[in-house]
Amino acid sequence: MTSADLNNCANCPVHNMGNLKKLGIDMSSFDFVVALAGNPNTGKSTVFNYLTGLRQHTGNWPGKTVTRAEGGFEFSEKKFKLVDLPGTYSLLSTSTDEEVARDFILFGQPDVTVIVVDATRVERNLNLVLQILEITNRAVLCLNLMDEAKRNGIQVDDRTLSKELGIPVIPTSARQGEGINELLSKIHDVATGKYICKPYRLKTNSSELNSAIEKLSNEIELEYPGLPNLRWVALRLLEGDQSIIDAIRTGDLGNLQKDLIPSEVDG
Amino acid sequence: MNNNNLKRESILATANNLRWEVGENLHDTLMESIYENATSISAKVVIYPDKKPAFSLDRTLDKILTSKYLGFPIMFLILAVVFWLTIEGANVPSGLIANLLVDTLHPILKNFASSFMPWWLSGVLVDGAYLAMAWVISVMLPPMAIFFPVYTLLEDFGYLPRVAFNMDPLYKKVGAHGRQALTMAMGFGCNAAGVVATRVIDSPRERLIAIITNNFSLCNGRWPTQILIATIFIGGAAPAYLAGIASAGAVVFIAILGIAFSLIVSWGLSKSLLKGEASAFSLELPPYRPPRILQTLYTSLIDRTIFVLWRAIVFAIPAGMVIWLVANITIDGVSVANHFINWSNPVAFIFGLNGIILLAYIIAIPANEIVIPTVLMLTVANLALSGIGGDSGVMFELDSVTDTASILHAGGWTLLTGINLMIFSLLHNPCSTTIYTIYKETKSIKWTVISTFLPIVMGFTITFFITQIWRLIFS
Repeated sequence: MTSADLNNCANCPVHNMGNLKKLGIDMSSFDFVVALAGNPNTGKSTVFNYLTGLRQHTGNWPGKTVTRAEGGFEFSEKKFKLVDLPGTYSLLSTSTDEEVARDFILFGQPDVTVIVVDATRVERNLNLVLQILEITNRAVLCLNLMDEAKRNGIQVDDRTLSKELGIPVIPTSARQGEGINELLSKIHDVATGKYICKPYRLKTNSSELNSAIEKLSNEIELEYPGLPNLRWVALRLLEGDQSIIDAIRTGDLGNLQKDLIPSEVDG
Repeated sequence: MNNNNLKRESILATANNLRWEVGENLHDTLMESIYENATSISAKVVIYPDKKPAFSLDRTLDKILTSKYLGFPIMFLILAVVFWLTIEGANVPSGLIANLLVDTLHPILKNFASSFMPWWLSGVLVDGAYLAMAWVISVMLPPMAIFFPVYTLLEDFGYLPRVAFNMDPLYKKVGAHGRQALTMAMGFGCNAAGVVATRVIDSPRERLIAIITNNFSLCNGRWPTQILIATIFIGGAAPAYLAGIASAGAVVFIAILGIAFSLIVSWGLSKSLLKGEASAFSLELPPYRPPRILQTLYTSLIDRTIFVLWRAIVFAIPAGMVIWLVANITIDGVSVANHFINWSNPVAFIFGLNGIILLAYIIAIPANEIVIPTVLMLTVANLALSGIGGDSGVMFELDSVTDTASILHAGGWTLLTGINLMIFSLLHNPCSTTIYTIYKETKSIKWTVISTFLPIVMGFTITFFITQIWRLIFS
């Protein structure tokens, strides 16, 4: 048996399936934190339940996950903590659910953010995806509800989408458990650094805006070197986002480290 | 440190200056570029079918379910079918559980306890606490085990957003949030759950309205009362061949009346205490999805049924003790219960109720489902009826509706009492769990008090007018 064969074996979904251990709410010591984000009603909770073995209530109506739910799973000998964020259409307004989602991705600094996208509504869902990619460098796109897309005759070129966005794109039908193994291995690859994301960055036509962002991010970088989401922080400051202003003032922005993950769970 | 602060403030100052340069429409510019970028990416990767399918099941269903004329009748029909399934399906298992817990286990436990306990201790523990618990399980578990899964199946299928869609214009007109339709529907299962569900409403003003009016959704614990009283008094007043339809119709009427009250009170609140305009929200109608039956059964049993049942049991046990105590502690040879009943009877008469009903609603604050057993037990104790049921102060179950009817008739109940009890069951304070949940969600004693007393005041007002008008006509 050659080493290539061994690799093939490790890449085989059947092998991976055996690797998935649903840890439910056993949350002792984790190697990685994974956030689950996406528009409402794209199947985030279904993906969450599938991965953790938990039976969080899922409902076919938008906005049913009001607070964060957490669970865990083990894959390839690594333990992952999975946080199900409330579904939102954007991260730019100030409603509670959007703040919960945004603050977690920004301040919780998950190792991987899985963005669940409705394959039948890619264009609208991309609005959120682009915003998330401004905040984080490590994301996996879970192109869910592929069964519904097929039923409606909609085709999505996941390879091109992946090239465009610079992150892995995995077609899934979470209700049937299809594609979950590929999703798992890509989460693993991004978390361990085996896959380096080159996330798409927003292109704006406004030259004033571009130069303002550049100027401000340079200044922020001097004070907070190595911040992964400089451009986005600059953008929020320009918009006058109070929680970002506070984070700059208190220095919380510089303390973005793993041990600062907010651990309270409501409800 | 000081140096740091200076640097940070200078970042903020730069931001302030730059904000002037980029102009006011930054947000719009940003949103526009996000949309443009999303459109250009999606154009490269998504291929839509050349032709729209001639027949789309989703769209056809939506046309019917959210139609201007058919939407509401279909909604009421589905509501009626769900209730019918719950009522019919729960009958037999309810009887079986009662048989086991009340008829079989209770005497065994009683004998065992009496063998070494003083009479009052075995009374409090077995005739009070244990029986209350047994009653709640046999009355609540079967309907909940049917209602919640059916409800969850409808939710999974995607019907709930259509209900919200139908109700949205009504709620908007009264100044409330369209999503209140969803939390109201949730309240039909359990008001405490409905109150928690109001978290989906962002605006605090509209959320408060939704919390205060959730109690107008008849909860699971009140269905048995409605059904039993409607069967005895409304069905009894109708010709035999219409009895079933008449009583079912009366129950659906009370449910719809509850929805009407939630709209009226929402309107009143948004014009007075909670003034404001309805905020806009986008309600997405998700595609219909075939429900996953087994998983739904599992999650709704674990998440809702067992959860709500456990809560009810926890509250029913102390309530059972209180019932036994007030029926058995005597002052001047008359039980505390009877003192209260005799004292409150003249007051209750004005509202077409009686002292027993008032006492039962006080004792049953922890759980609405023990109202009817408490009423029966107190009636028997009060009349000192012999030959029916058990010893005084023991909650019991009667084998047939006819037995229950004969006790209530002997207690002086009329059609008017029945109607008023149905109204009062809809319009009275929420159960203590719901009150506690309201406090936890609003963190405000003021709003908790308002949510608690508003429905009682309404209940007394309406039963007062019904009674006075009734007596004018029929006397």
